[in-house]
Amino acid sequence: MPEPSTPTARKPRRYSVFAIAREAMRLHSGWERAWADAQPRGRYKVVVIGAGGHGLATAYYLGKNFGITDVAVLEKGWLGGGNTGRNTTIIRSNYLQDPSAAIYDKSLKLYETLSQELNYNVMFSPRGLIMLAQTEHEVRGYKRTAIANHLQGVATRWIEPAEVKRLVPIMNIDGPRYPVLGGLYQERGGTARHDAVAWGYARACSQMGMDIVQNCEVAGVDIAGGRVRAVETTRGRIECDKLAIVVAGHSSVVAEMAGFRLPIESIALQALVSEPIKPCMDVVVMANTVHGYLSQSDKGEMVIGGGTDGFNNYTQRGSWQHVEETVRALIETFPMLSRLKMLRQWGGIVDMTGDRSPILSATPVGGVFVNCGWGTGGFKAIPGSGWAMAELVAKGAPGPLAADFGMSRFAEGRFIDESVAAGVAH
Amino acid sequence: MLILTCPYCGVAAEETELHPGGEAHLTRHGPGSTDADFEWYLFARRNPKGVHFERWRHLYGCGKWFLAARDTVTLQVFGTYPAQSKYPPREIIAAIRADRPDWVPHWDEITGDSAPGVGNDPAPNPTPARDSFA
Ligand SMILES: Cc1cc2nc3c(=O)[nH]c(=O)nc-3n(C[C@H](O)[C@H](O)[C@H](O)COP(=O)(O)OP(=O)(O)OC[C@H]3O[C@@H](n4cnc5c(N)ncnc54)[C@H](O)[C@@H]3O)c2cc1C
Ligand SMILES: [Zn+2]
Repeated sequence: MPEPSTPTARKPRRYSVFAIAREAMRLHSGWERAWADAQPRGRYKVVVIGAGGHGLATAYYLGKNFGITDVAVLEKGWLGGGNTGRNTTIIRSNYLQDPSAAIYDKSLKLYETLSQELNYNVMFSPRGLIMLAQTEHEVRGYKRTAIANHLQGVATRWIEPAEVKRLVPIMNIDGPRYPVLGGLYQERGGTARHDAVAWGYARACSQMGMDIVQNCEVAGVDIAGGRVRAVETTRGRIECDKLAIVVAGHSSVVAEMAGFRLPIESIALQALVSEPIKPCMDVVVMANTVHGYLSQSDKGEMVIGGGTDGFNNYTQRGSWQHVEETVRALIETFPMLSRLKMLRQWGGIVDMTGDRSPILSATPVGGVFVNCGWGTGGFKAIPGSGWAMAELVAKGAPGPLAADFGMSRFAEGRFIDESVAAGVAH
Repeated sequence: MLILTCPYCGVAAEETELHPGGEAHLTRHGPGSTDADFEWYLFARRNPKGVHFERWRHLYGCGKWFLAARDTVTLQVFGTYPAQSKYPPREIIAAIRADRPDWVPHWDEITGDSAPGVGNDPAPNPTPARDSFA
Protein backbone atom coordinates (compact mmCIF):
# COMPACT_ATOMS: atom_id res chain seq x y z
CA MET A 1 0.00 0.00 0.00
CA PRO A 2 1.39 3.41 -0.87
CA GLU A 3 1.67 5.78 2.04
CA PRO A 4 -1.07 8.41 2.18
CA SER A 5 -0.14 11.76 0.75
CA THR A 6 0.74 14.19 3.49
CA PRO A 7 2.35 17.23 1.97
CA THR A 8 4.07 19.30 4.61
CA ALA A 9 4.99 22.83 3.66
CA ARG A 10 8.32 24.11 4.94
CA LYS A 11 8.23 27.40 6.77
CA PRO A 12 9.59 29.94 4.31
CA ARG A 13 12.70 31.83 5.37
CA ARG A 14 12.77 34.99 3.36
CA TYR A 15 15.96 36.34 1.88
CA SER A 16 16.33 40.06 2.50
CA VAL A 17 18.82 42.71 3.41
CA PHE A 18 17.94 42.05 7.05
CA ALA A 19 18.68 38.34 6.66
CA ILE A 20 22.08 39.22 5.21
CA ALA A 21 22.78 41.60 8.08
CA ARG A 22 21.68 39.03 10.65
CA GLU A 23 23.83 36.34 9.09
CA ALA A 24 26.79 38.69 8.81
CA MET A 25 26.58 39.20 12.59
CA ARG A 26 26.77 35.46 13.23
CA LEU A 27 29.37 34.64 10.60
CA HIS A 28 26.84 33.21 8.17
CA SER A 29 26.21 30.18 10.34
CA GLY A 30 22.43 30.30 10.02
CA TRP A 31 21.78 29.86 6.32
CA GLU A 32 19.77 26.77 5.54
CA ARG A 33 19.44 24.60 2.45
CA ALA A 34 17.31 26.49 -0.03
CA TRP A 35 15.16 23.46 -0.82
CA ALA A 36 14.66 20.01 0.68
CA ASP A 37 16.23 17.02 -1.08
CA ALA A 38 13.14 14.88 -0.58
CA GLN A 39 12.60 11.15 -0.27
CA PRO A 40 9.82 10.04 -2.60
CA ARG A 41 6.45 9.06 -1.17
CA GLY A 42 4.33 6.33 -2.75
CA ARG A 43 1.69 8.54 -4.24
CA TYR A 44 1.16 12.09 -5.50
CA LYS A 45 -1.62 13.84 -7.29
CA VAL A 46 0.78 15.07 -9.97
CA VAL A 47 4.17 13.66 -10.85
CA VAL A 48 6.44 15.82 -13.01
CA ILE A 49 9.34 14.00 -14.64
CA GLY A 50 12.42 16.20 -15.03
CA ALA A 51 13.76 18.82 -12.60
CA GLY A 52 14.96 21.15 -15.30
CA GLY A 53 13.61 24.67 -15.51
CA HIS A 54 10.43 23.66 -17.33
CA GLY A 55 9.55 20.84 -14.93
CA LEU A 56 10.16 22.99 -11.88
CA ALA A 57 8.23 25.93 -13.31
CA THR A 58 5.34 23.59 -14.14
CA ALA A 59 5.26 22.43 -10.53
CA TYR A 60 5.55 25.97 -9.21
CA TYR A 61 2.60 27.33 -11.21
CA LEU A 62 0.53 24.24 -10.42
CA GLY A 63 0.86 25.29 -6.80
CA LYS A 64 0.68 29.00 -7.25
CA ASN A 65 -2.05 29.31 -9.88
CA PHE A 66 -4.10 26.21 -9.17
CA GLY A 67 -3.44 25.36 -5.53
CA ILE A 68 -2.17 21.88 -6.44
CA THR A 69 0.74 21.18 -4.12
CA ASP A 70 0.59 17.39 -3.85
CA VAL A 71 3.31 17.27 -6.47
CA ALA A 72 6.62 15.47 -6.92
CA VAL A 73 9.31 16.48 -9.39
CA LEU A 74 11.47 13.45 -10.22
CA GLU A 75 14.97 13.97 -11.54
CA LYS A 76 17.29 11.23 -12.72
CA GLY A 77 20.41 13.27 -12.04
CA TRP A 78 20.71 16.45 -10.06
CA LEU A 79 18.54 19.54 -10.02
CA GLY A 80 19.09 21.62 -13.14
CA GLY A 81 21.83 19.30 -14.41
CA GLY A 82 20.27 18.98 -17.87
CA ASN A 83 20.04 21.76 -20.42
CA THR A 84 18.98 24.22 -17.73
CA GLY A 85 22.52 24.23 -16.37
CA ARG A 86 24.17 23.97 -19.77
CA ASN A 87 22.68 26.77 -21.80
CA THR A 88 23.95 30.21 -22.74
CA THR A 89 20.97 31.90 -21.00
CA ILE A 90 19.81 34.15 -23.81
CA ILE A 91 16.35 35.57 -23.18
CA ARG A 92 14.28 37.27 -25.86
CA SER A 93 10.77 37.23 -27.27
CA ASN A 94 11.27 38.52 -30.82
CA TYR A 95 9.74 35.55 -32.60
CA LEU A 96 7.94 35.68 -35.91
CA GLN A 97 4.74 33.72 -35.36
CA ASP A 98 1.95 34.96 -33.11
CA PRO A 99 1.65 31.88 -30.87
CA SER A 100 5.41 32.02 -30.25
CA ALA A 101 5.38 35.73 -29.49
CA ALA A 102 2.55 35.16 -27.01
CA ILE A 103 4.24 32.45 -24.97
CA TYR A 104 7.80 33.84 -25.17
CA ASP A 105 6.69 37.34 -24.28
CA LYS A 106 4.64 36.04 -21.37
CA SER A 107 7.82 34.33 -20.30
CA LEU A 108 9.93 37.46 -20.63
CA LYS A 109 7.38 39.41 -18.59
CA LEU A 110 7.50 36.76 -15.87
CA TYR A 111 11.32 36.89 -15.93
CA GLU A 112 11.18 40.65 -15.37
CA THR A 113 9.70 40.14 -11.91
CA LEU A 114 10.87 36.60 -11.16
CA SER A 115 13.49 37.49 -8.56
CA GLN A 116 10.89 39.36 -6.52
CA GLU A 117 8.25 36.71 -7.08
CA LEU A 118 10.50 33.86 -5.98
CA ASN A 119 12.40 35.91 -3.39
CA TYR A 120 15.47 34.54 -5.08
CA ASN A 121 17.91 36.50 -7.22
CA VAL A 122 17.84 34.94 -10.68
CA MET A 123 20.08 37.78 -11.89
CA PHE A 124 17.80 38.66 -14.77
CA SER A 125 19.71 41.23 -16.77
CA PRO A 126 17.72 42.93 -19.55
CA ARG A 127 20.84 44.28 -21.17
CA GLY A 128 19.42 44.26 -24.70
CA LEU A 129 19.84 41.79 -27.50
CA ILE A 130 20.82 42.18 -31.13
CA MET A 131 20.26 39.56 -33.79
CA LEU A 132 22.77 40.42 -36.47
CA ALA A 133 21.80 40.41 -40.12
CA GLN A 134 24.82 39.31 -42.11
CA THR A 135 23.13 38.30 -45.34
CA GLU A 136 20.46 39.92 -47.51
CA HIS A 137 18.14 37.11 -46.54
CA GLU A 138 18.49 37.99 -42.88
CA VAL A 139 17.97 41.69 -43.56
CA ARG A 140 14.60 40.91 -45.10
CA GLY A 141 13.78 38.28 -42.50
CA TYR A 142 14.47 40.55 -39.53
CA LYS A 143 12.71 43.55 -41.01
CA ARG A 144 9.71 41.31 -41.42
CA THR A 145 10.07 40.08 -37.84
CA ALA A 146 10.30 43.66 -36.57
CA ILE A 147 6.97 44.41 -38.24
CA ALA A 148 5.41 41.19 -36.95
CA ASN A 149 6.65 42.03 -33.44
CA HIS A 150 5.13 45.49 -33.76
CA LEU A 151 1.74 43.95 -34.55
CA GLN A 152 2.16 41.53 -31.64
CA GLY A 153 2.94 44.33 -29.23
CA VAL A 154 6.49 43.09 -28.68
CA ALA A 155 8.85 46.04 -28.77
CA THR A 156 11.72 45.40 -31.19
CA ARG A 157 13.23 47.46 -33.95
CA TRP A 158 15.48 47.22 -36.95
CA ILE A 159 18.79 49.02 -36.46
CA GLU A 160 21.37 50.06 -39.05
CA PRO A 161 25.04 48.96 -38.95
CA ALA A 162 26.22 52.24 -37.40
CA GLU A 163 23.92 51.74 -34.45
CA VAL A 164 25.06 48.14 -34.07
CA LYS A 165 28.63 49.42 -33.92
CA ARG A 166 27.67 52.07 -31.37
CA LEU A 167 26.06 49.46 -29.13
CA VAL A 168 28.88 46.93 -29.57
CA PRO A 169 32.13 48.80 -30.13
CA ILE A 170 34.24 45.61 -30.15
CA MET A 171 32.50 44.50 -33.30
CA ASN A 172 34.01 44.67 -36.76
CA ILE A 173 31.09 45.40 -39.06
CA ASP A 174 32.97 45.42 -42.37
CA GLY A 175 33.28 41.73 -43.10
CA PRO A 176 34.65 40.83 -45.61
CA ARG A 177 32.90 37.50 -45.53
CA TYR A 178 29.93 38.38 -43.35
CA PRO A 179 29.59 42.16 -43.07
CA VAL A 180 27.06 43.39 -40.54
CA LEU A 181 24.12 44.76 -42.51
CA GLY A 182 22.03 45.72 -39.52
CA GLY A 183 20.20 43.96 -36.74
CA LEU A 184 16.97 43.22 -34.96
CA TYR A 185 17.21 44.89 -31.57
CA GLN A 186 15.16 43.96 -28.54
CA GLU A 187 16.02 46.23 -25.65
CA ARG A 188 14.14 44.08 -23.13
CA GLY A 189 16.11 40.95 -24.05
CA GLY A 190 19.07 39.77 -22.02
CA THR A 191 20.24 36.95 -19.80
CA ALA A 192 19.65 35.41 -16.37
CA ARG A 193 21.60 33.08 -14.12
CA HIS A 194 20.54 29.59 -15.27
CA ASP A 195 21.22 27.67 -12.05
CA ALA A 196 19.47 30.34 -10.02
CA VAL A 197 16.32 29.91 -12.09
CA ALA A 198 16.25 26.20 -11.21
CA TRP A 199 17.18 26.81 -7.57
CA GLY A 200 14.69 29.64 -7.15
CA TYR A 201 11.78 27.60 -8.47
CA ALA A 202 12.94 24.56 -6.48
CA ARG A 203 13.00 26.58 -3.28
CA ALA A 204 9.52 27.95 -3.92
CA CYS A 205 8.18 24.46 -4.73
CA SER A 206 9.80 23.04 -1.65
CA GLN A 207 8.22 25.77 0.48
CA MET A 208 4.81 24.83 -0.89
CA GLY A 209 5.38 21.27 0.32
CA MET A 210 6.26 19.69 -3.00
CA ASP A 211 8.93 16.99 -3.17
CA ILE A 212 11.92 17.44 -5.46
CA VAL A 213 13.49 14.01 -5.71
CA GLN A 214 16.96 13.70 -7.20
CA ASN A 215 18.66 10.52 -8.39
CA CYS A 216 15.25 9.16 -9.26
CA GLU A 217 15.08 7.96 -12.85
CA VAL A 218 11.74 7.06 -14.33
CA ALA A 219 12.16 3.69 -16.04
CA GLY A 220 8.56 2.79 -16.83
CA VAL A 221 5.04 4.16 -16.99
CA ASP A 222 2.23 1.98 -15.68
CA ILE A 223 -0.93 2.46 -17.71
CA ALA A 224 -4.28 0.78 -17.05
CA GLY A 225 -7.38 1.26 -19.16
CA GLY A 226 -5.70 3.96 -21.21
CA ARG A 227 -4.86 6.05 -18.13
CA VAL A 228 -1.66 6.54 -16.21
CA ARG A 229 -1.53 4.80 -12.81
CA ALA A 230 2.06 5.09 -11.69
CA VAL A 231 5.66 5.46 -12.70
CA GLU A 232 8.33 2.90 -11.95
CA THR A 233 11.51 4.59 -10.81
CA THR A 234 14.95 3.68 -9.56
CA ARG A 235 13.62 4.70 -6.14
CA GLY A 236 10.45 2.63 -6.31
CA ARG A 237 6.96 2.81 -7.67
CA ILE A 238 5.16 6.14 -7.41
CA GLU A 239 1.44 6.40 -8.12
CA CYS A 240 -0.12 9.51 -9.58
CA ASP A 241 -3.34 10.86 -11.05
CA LYS A 242 -1.52 12.95 -13.61
CA LEU A 243 1.90 12.78 -15.15
CA ALA A 244 3.81 15.61 -16.81
CA ILE A 245 6.74 14.55 -18.98
CA VAL A 246 9.17 17.47 -19.08
CA VAL A 247 12.49 15.88 -19.96
CA ALA A 248 13.81 17.87 -22.97
CA GLY A 249 16.37 15.71 -24.80
CA HIS A 250 14.95 12.50 -23.31
CA SER A 251 11.36 13.11 -24.39
CA SER A 252 11.32 10.31 -26.97
CA VAL A 253 12.73 7.85 -24.44
CA VAL A 254 10.07 8.58 -21.81
CA ALA A 255 7.28 8.80 -24.40
CA GLU A 256 8.23 5.35 -25.55
CA MET A 257 7.73 4.10 -21.96
CA ALA A 258 4.22 5.51 -22.15
CA GLY A 259 3.68 3.90 -25.57
CA PHE A 260 3.57 6.84 -27.93
CA ARG A 261 5.98 8.47 -30.30
CA LEU A 262 6.89 12.12 -30.70
CA PRO A 263 7.97 14.21 -33.67
CA ILE A 264 11.26 14.87 -31.91
CA GLU A 265 14.91 14.23 -32.62
CA SER A 266 17.58 14.61 -29.98
CA ILE A 267 20.83 16.25 -30.95
CA ALA A 268 23.83 17.77 -29.23
CA LEU A 269 24.20 21.53 -28.91
CA GLN A 270 27.32 22.95 -27.40
CA ALA A 271 28.77 26.06 -25.85
CA LEU A 272 32.09 27.33 -24.54
CA VAL A 273 33.41 30.12 -22.33
CA SER A 274 36.61 32.11 -22.38
CA GLU A 275 38.80 33.19 -19.54
CA PRO A 276 37.29 36.17 -17.68
CA ILE A 277 38.18 39.62 -19.01
CA LYS A 278 37.17 43.18 -18.15
CA PRO A 279 33.69 44.31 -19.22
CA CYS A 280 33.71 44.85 -22.98
CA MET A 281 30.23 44.03 -24.24
CA ASP A 282 27.01 44.90 -22.44
CA VAL A 283 24.51 43.48 -24.91
CA VAL A 284 23.80 39.97 -26.13
CA VAL A 285 24.69 39.40 -29.77
CA MET A 286 23.35 36.58 -31.89
CA ALA A 287 24.95 35.88 -35.25
CA ASN A 288 22.62 33.28 -36.68
CA THR A 289 24.26 32.93 -40.07
CA VAL A 290 27.45 31.68 -38.50
CA HIS A 291 25.72 30.07 -35.48
CA GLY A 292 27.59 32.13 -32.95
CA TYR A 293 25.87 33.52 -29.86
CA LEU A 294 27.83 35.81 -27.64
CA SER A 295 27.43 37.52 -24.29
CA GLN A 296 29.68 38.45 -21.41
CA SER A 297 28.93 36.88 -18.05
CA ASP A 298 29.00 38.86 -14.83
CA LYS A 299 32.28 37.10 -14.06
CA GLY A 300 33.72 38.50 -17.28
CA GLU A 301 33.82 35.33 -19.34
CA MET A 302 32.76 35.55 -22.97
CA VAL A 303 29.98 32.98 -23.27
CA ILE A 304 29.76 31.49 -26.73
CA GLY A 305 26.96 29.28 -27.97
CA GLY A 306 27.59 27.26 -31.09
CA GLY A 307 25.66 25.28 -33.67
CA THR A 308 24.14 21.85 -33.31
CA ASP A 309 25.50 18.52 -34.42
CA GLY A 310 23.36 17.42 -37.31
CA PHE A 311 22.71 13.87 -36.19
CA ASN A 312 20.83 12.04 -33.44
CA ASN A 313 22.95 12.09 -30.39
CA TYR A 314 22.63 11.54 -26.62
CA THR A 315 26.28 12.14 -25.68
CA GLN A 316 26.09 15.57 -23.97
CA ARG A 317 29.52 16.29 -25.38
CA GLY A 318 29.61 18.29 -28.58
CA SER A 319 32.39 18.08 -31.10
CA TRP A 320 35.58 19.94 -31.86
CA GLN A 321 34.85 20.81 -35.45
CA HIS A 322 31.78 22.74 -34.33
CA VAL A 323 33.83 24.68 -31.82
CA GLU A 324 36.27 25.50 -34.56
CA GLU A 325 33.51 26.43 -36.98
CA THR A 326 31.81 28.72 -34.49
CA VAL A 327 34.94 30.45 -33.30
CA ARG A 328 36.39 30.79 -36.78
CA ALA A 329 33.27 32.55 -37.98
CA LEU A 330 32.91 34.72 -34.89
CA ILE A 331 36.42 36.14 -34.92
CA GLU A 332 35.75 37.89 -38.20
CA THR A 333 33.04 39.90 -36.45
CA PHE A 334 34.76 39.95 -33.02
CA PRO A 335 38.49 40.07 -33.81
CA MET A 336 39.45 40.44 -30.12
CA LEU A 337 38.14 36.92 -29.45
CA SER A 338 41.16 35.52 -31.25
CA ARG A 339 43.34 36.59 -28.31
CA LEU A 340 41.28 34.79 -25.69
CA LYS A 341 41.89 31.41 -24.12
CA MET A 342 38.85 29.21 -23.92
CA LEU A 343 38.29 27.65 -20.51
CA ARG A 344 35.50 25.15 -20.85
CA GLN A 345 33.37 23.51 -23.50
CA TRP A 346 30.29 21.37 -22.91
CA GLY A 347 27.19 20.02 -24.62
CA GLY A 348 23.55 19.39 -23.91
CA ILE A 349 20.97 17.26 -25.68
CA VAL A 350 18.27 19.35 -27.26
CA ASP A 351 14.88 18.13 -28.45
CA MET A 352 14.16 19.34 -31.97
CA THR A 353 10.74 19.33 -33.63
CA GLY A 354 10.14 19.68 -37.36
CA ASP A 355 8.85 23.25 -37.13
CA ARG A 356 11.31 24.27 -34.38
CA SER A 357 8.45 25.09 -32.05
CA PRO A 358 7.69 23.37 -28.75
CA ILE A 359 5.02 20.85 -27.87
CA LEU A 360 2.71 21.41 -24.91
CA SER A 361 0.13 18.75 -25.25
CA ALA A 362 -2.17 16.10 -23.94
CA THR A 363 -1.13 12.68 -25.22
CA PRO A 364 -2.83 9.46 -26.31
CA VAL A 365 -2.57 8.28 -22.68
CA GLY A 366 -5.14 9.65 -20.24
CA GLY A 367 -3.62 11.85 -17.55
CA VAL A 368 -0.27 12.12 -19.35
CA PHE A 369 0.90 15.48 -20.64
CA VAL A 370 4.06 16.39 -22.43
CA ASN A 371 6.11 19.57 -22.58
CA CYS A 372 9.09 19.34 -24.89
CA GLY A 373 10.55 20.42 -28.21
CA TRP A 374 12.04 23.66 -26.90
CA GLY A 375 15.17 22.62 -28.73
CA THR A 376 17.98 25.12 -28.73
CA GLY A 377 15.93 27.93 -27.23
CA GLY A 378 13.91 26.97 -24.19
CA PHE A 379 15.74 28.65 -21.33
CA LYS A 380 14.02 31.94 -22.11
CA ALA A 381 10.70 30.13 -22.09
CA ILE A 382 10.91 28.53 -18.65
CA PRO A 383 8.45 30.77 -16.77
CA GLY A 384 5.93 31.05 -19.62
CA SER A 385 6.11 27.37 -20.42
CA GLY A 386 5.62 26.40 -16.79
CA TRP A 387 2.67 28.77 -16.58
CA ALA A 388 1.00 27.28 -19.66
CA MET A 389 1.86 23.69 -18.75
CA ALA A 390 0.43 24.04 -15.25
CA GLU A 391 -2.87 25.15 -16.76
CA LEU A 392 -2.83 22.22 -19.19
CA VAL A 393 -2.14 19.70 -16.43
CA ALA A 394 -4.55 21.24 -13.91
CA LYS A 395 -7.49 21.61 -16.30
CA GLY A 396 -6.71 18.74 -18.64
CA ALA A 397 -7.09 21.13 -21.58
CA PRO A 398 -4.76 23.84 -22.85
CA GLY A 399 -5.31 27.50 -22.10
CA PRO A 400 -4.71 30.23 -24.69
CA LEU A 401 -0.90 30.12 -24.44
CA ALA A 402 -0.59 26.38 -25.07
CA ALA A 403 -3.54 25.90 -27.42
CA ASP A 404 -1.55 26.11 -30.66
CA PHE A 405 1.31 23.93 -29.44
CA GLY A 406 -0.54 20.59 -29.30
CA MET A 407 1.19 17.65 -30.95
CA SER A 408 -1.72 17.11 -33.34
CA ARG A 409 -0.55 20.19 -35.25
CA PHE A 410 1.80 18.00 -37.26
CA ALA A 411 -0.96 15.71 -38.51
CA GLU A 412 -3.14 18.74 -39.16
CA GLY A 413 -0.49 20.78 -40.94
CA ARG A 414 -0.76 23.71 -38.51
CA PHE A 415 2.94 24.28 -38.06
CA ILE A 416 4.30 27.16 -36.07
CA ASP A 417 7.25 27.58 -38.30
CA GLU A 418 10.09 29.38 -36.58
CA SER A 419 12.80 27.66 -38.57
CA VAL A 420 12.29 29.92 -41.57
CA ALA A 421 12.73 32.89 -39.29
CA ALA A 422 15.95 32.11 -37.57
CA GLY A 423 17.53 28.72 -38.21
CA VAL A 424 18.59 27.18 -34.93
CA ALA A 425 18.64 30.47 -33.05
CA HIS A 426 18.44 30.34 -29.28
CA MET B 1 34.83 13.23 -34.71
CA LEU B 2 32.57 10.66 -36.26
CA ILE B 3 34.17 8.62 -39.05
CA LEU B 4 31.96 6.60 -41.40
CA THR B 5 33.20 4.48 -44.29
CA CYS B 6 31.28 5.22 -47.45
CA PRO B 7 30.08 1.88 -48.82
CA TYR B 8 30.30 3.16 -52.39
CA CYS B 9 33.73 4.72 -52.70
CA GLY B 10 35.28 3.06 -49.65
CA VAL B 11 36.60 6.31 -48.20
CA ALA B 12 36.75 6.53 -44.40
CA ALA B 13 35.01 9.88 -44.34
CA GLU B 14 35.17 12.34 -41.46
CA GLU B 15 32.04 13.97 -40.18
CA THR B 16 32.88 17.25 -41.89
CA GLU B 17 32.77 15.45 -45.23
CA LEU B 18 29.35 13.99 -44.56
CA HIS B 19 25.83 15.26 -44.35
CA PRO B 20 23.39 13.62 -41.91
CA GLY B 21 19.97 12.67 -43.23
CA GLY B 22 18.00 11.36 -40.25
CA GLU B 23 16.31 8.05 -39.55
CA ALA B 24 16.68 5.30 -42.18
CA HIS B 25 14.25 2.60 -43.31
CA LEU B 26 11.19 4.80 -43.03
CA THR B 27 8.31 3.50 -45.09
CA ARG B 28 7.44 6.17 -47.59
CA HIS B 29 3.73 6.85 -47.41
CA GLY B 30 2.20 8.84 -50.19
CA PRO B 31 -1.22 9.90 -51.45
CA GLY B 32 -3.88 7.40 -50.48
CA SER B 33 -2.23 6.49 -47.19
CA THR B 34 -3.95 7.18 -43.89
CA ASP B 35 -3.32 10.45 -42.09
CA ALA B 36 -1.63 8.56 -39.28
CA ASP B 37 0.76 6.77 -41.67
CA PHE B 38 1.56 10.01 -43.37
CA GLU B 39 2.23 11.76 -40.08
CA TRP B 40 4.51 8.95 -38.98
CA TYR B 41 6.42 9.00 -42.20
CA LEU B 42 6.86 12.77 -42.19
CA PHE B 43 7.31 13.62 -38.52
CA ALA B 44 7.26 10.90 -35.88
CA ARG B 45 10.72 9.51 -35.20
CA ARG B 46 12.01 6.64 -33.09
CA ASN B 47 14.90 8.80 -31.85
CA PRO B 48 16.31 5.91 -29.79
CA LYS B 49 18.89 6.23 -27.06
CA GLY B 50 21.08 3.44 -28.37
CA VAL B 51 21.15 1.63 -31.71
CA HIS B 52 20.06 3.86 -34.57
CA PHE B 53 19.86 3.27 -38.31
CA GLU B 54 20.33 6.44 -40.24
CA ARG B 55 20.91 8.05 -43.59
CA TRP B 56 24.09 9.87 -44.46
CA ARG B 57 25.33 11.50 -47.62
CA HIS B 58 28.96 11.47 -48.64
CA LEU B 59 28.56 15.13 -49.51
CA TYR B 60 32.15 16.21 -50.18
CA GLY B 61 33.10 12.84 -51.62
CA CYS B 62 31.23 10.71 -54.10
CA GLY B 63 27.98 12.50 -53.27
CA LYS B 64 25.94 9.35 -52.66
CA TRP B 65 23.46 8.57 -49.91
CA PHE B 66 24.20 5.54 -47.75
CA LEU B 67 23.00 4.07 -44.46
CA ALA B 68 24.78 3.58 -41.16
CA ALA B 69 24.11 1.67 -37.95
CA ARG B 70 25.37 3.64 -34.97
CA ASP B 71 24.89 3.97 -31.24
CA THR B 72 23.58 7.41 -30.32
CA VAL B 73 25.04 7.25 -26.81
CA THR B 74 28.55 5.92 -27.40
CA LEU B 75 28.82 7.01 -31.06
CA GLN B 76 30.07 3.47 -31.80
CA VAL B 77 29.60 2.67 -35.48
CA PHE B 78 28.40 -0.87 -36.27
CA GLY B 79 28.79 -0.49 -40.01
CA THR B 80 27.60 1.26 -43.14
CA TYR B 81 25.66 -0.15 -46.10
CA PRO B 82 24.06 0.93 -49.36
CA ALA B 83 21.01 3.16 -49.29
CA GLN B 84 18.95 0.72 -51.33
CA SER B 85 18.98 -1.94 -48.59
CA LYS B 86 15.59 -2.81 -47.15
CA TYR B 87 17.21 -4.20 -43.99
CA PRO B 88 20.64 -3.81 -42.49
CA PRO B 89 22.91 -6.63 -43.68
CA ARG B 90 23.59 -9.71 -41.54
CA GLU B 91 27.13 -8.66 -40.58
CA ILE B 92 25.84 -5.44 -39.12
CA ILE B 93 23.06 -7.18 -37.23
CA ALA B 94 25.67 -9.62 -35.88
CA ALA B 95 27.95 -6.75 -34.84
CA ILE B 96 25.08 -5.05 -33.00
CA ARG B 97 23.96 -8.27 -31.29
CA ALA B 98 27.50 -9.02 -30.17
CA ASP B 99 27.73 -5.73 -28.32
CA ARG B 100 24.09 -5.08 -27.41
CA PRO B 101 22.51 -8.42 -26.41
CA ASP B 102 19.34 -6.65 -25.20
CA TRP B 103 18.75 -4.81 -28.44
CA VAL B 104 15.36 -5.48 -30.07
CA PRO B 105 15.05 -4.73 -33.77
CA HIS B 106 11.92 -3.16 -35.22
CA TRP B 107 11.63 -4.71 -38.68
CA ASP B 108 7.89 -5.00 -38.29
CA GLU B 109 7.73 -1.25 -38.49
CA ILE B 110 10.00 -1.17 -41.48
CA THR B 111 8.04 -3.69 -43.49
CA GLY B 112 4.60 -3.27 -42.02
CA ASP B 113 4.21 -7.07 -41.97
CA SER B 114 4.83 -9.66 -39.28
CA ALA B 115 8.18 -9.29 -37.72
CA PRO B 116 10.99 -11.06 -39.50
CA GLY B 117 14.23 -10.87 -37.60
CA VAL B 118 12.63 -10.16 -34.24
CA GLY B 119 13.97 -12.05 -31.23
CA ASN B 120 16.40 -14.77 -32.12
CA ASP B 121 15.44 -15.21 -35.76
CA PRO B 122 18.20 -14.24 -38.10
CA ALA B 123 17.63 -10.97 -39.83
CA PRO B 124 16.50 -11.35 -43.39
CA ASN B 125 19.03 -10.84 -46.10
CA PRO B 126 19.16 -7.34 -47.42
CA THR B 127 17.72 -6.85 -50.83
CA PRO B 128 20.66 -6.72 -53.19
CA ALA B 129 21.76 -3.18 -53.76
CA ARG B 130 20.83 -1.81 -57.13
CA ASP B 131 23.68 -0.92 -59.38
CA SER B 132 24.87 2.18 -57.67
CA PHE B 133 25.97 3.83 -60.88
CA ALA B 134 22.69 3.39 -62.71
C1 LIG C 1 24.58 24.52 -25.20
C2 LIG C 1 23.18 25.01 -25.08
C3 LIG C 1 22.91 26.36 -25.20
C4 LIG C 1 21.61 26.83 -25.09
N1 LIG C 1 21.40 28.17 -25.12
C5 LIG C 1 20.17 28.67 -24.91
C6 LIG C 1 19.98 30.08 -24.84
O1 LIG C 1 20.91 30.87 -24.94
N2 LIG C 1 18.71 30.55 -24.63
C7 LIG C 1 17.64 29.70 -24.49
O2 LIG C 1 16.52 30.19 -24.34
N3 LIG C 1 17.80 28.35 -24.53
C8 LIG C 1 19.04 27.81 -24.74
N4 LIG C 1 19.22 26.45 -24.77
C9 LIG C 1 18.06 25.57 -24.69
C10 LIG C 1 17.56 25.36 -23.27
O3 LIG C 1 18.64 25.02 -22.42
C11 LIG C 1 16.52 24.24 -23.25
O4 LIG C 1 15.52 24.45 -24.23
C12 LIG C 1 15.79 24.11 -21.93
O5 LIG C 1 16.68 24.20 -20.85
C13 LIG C 1 15.08 22.74 -21.91
O6 LIG C 1 14.14 22.58 -20.92
P1 LIG C 1 14.46 22.07 -19.45
O7 LIG C 1 15.14 23.19 -18.78
O8 LIG C 1 13.27 21.62 -18.76
O9 LIG C 1 15.42 20.84 -19.76
P2 LIG C 1 16.51 20.12 -18.85
O10 LIG C 1 17.18 21.08 -17.96
O11 LIG C 1 17.33 19.29 -19.75
O12 LIG C 1 15.59 19.22 -17.93
C14 LIG C 1 15.13 17.92 -18.24
C15 LIG C 1 15.48 17.04 -17.06
O13 LIG C 1 14.85 15.78 -17.21
C16 LIG C 1 15.69 14.82 -16.62
N5 LIG C 1 15.30 13.49 -17.10
C17 LIG C 1 15.45 12.98 -18.35
N6 LIG C 1 14.98 11.72 -18.39
C18 LIG C 1 14.53 11.42 -17.15
C19 LIG C 1 13.95 10.25 -16.57
N7 LIG C 1 13.74 9.14 -17.27
N8 LIG C 1 13.62 10.29 -15.25
C20 LIG C 1 13.84 11.41 -14.51
N9 LIG C 1 14.39 12.53 -15.01
C21 LIG C 1 14.73 12.54 -16.31
C22 LIG C 1 17.08 15.26 -17.06
O14 LIG C 1 18.08 14.70 -16.25
C23 LIG C 1 16.98 16.77 -16.97
O15 LIG C 1 17.47 17.29 -15.75
C24 LIG C 1 20.52 25.93 -24.89
C25 LIG C 1 20.78 24.57 -24.78
C26 LIG C 1 22.10 24.10 -24.85
C27 LIG C 1 22.35 22.63 -24.71
ZN1 LIG D 1 31.58 7.98 -51.09
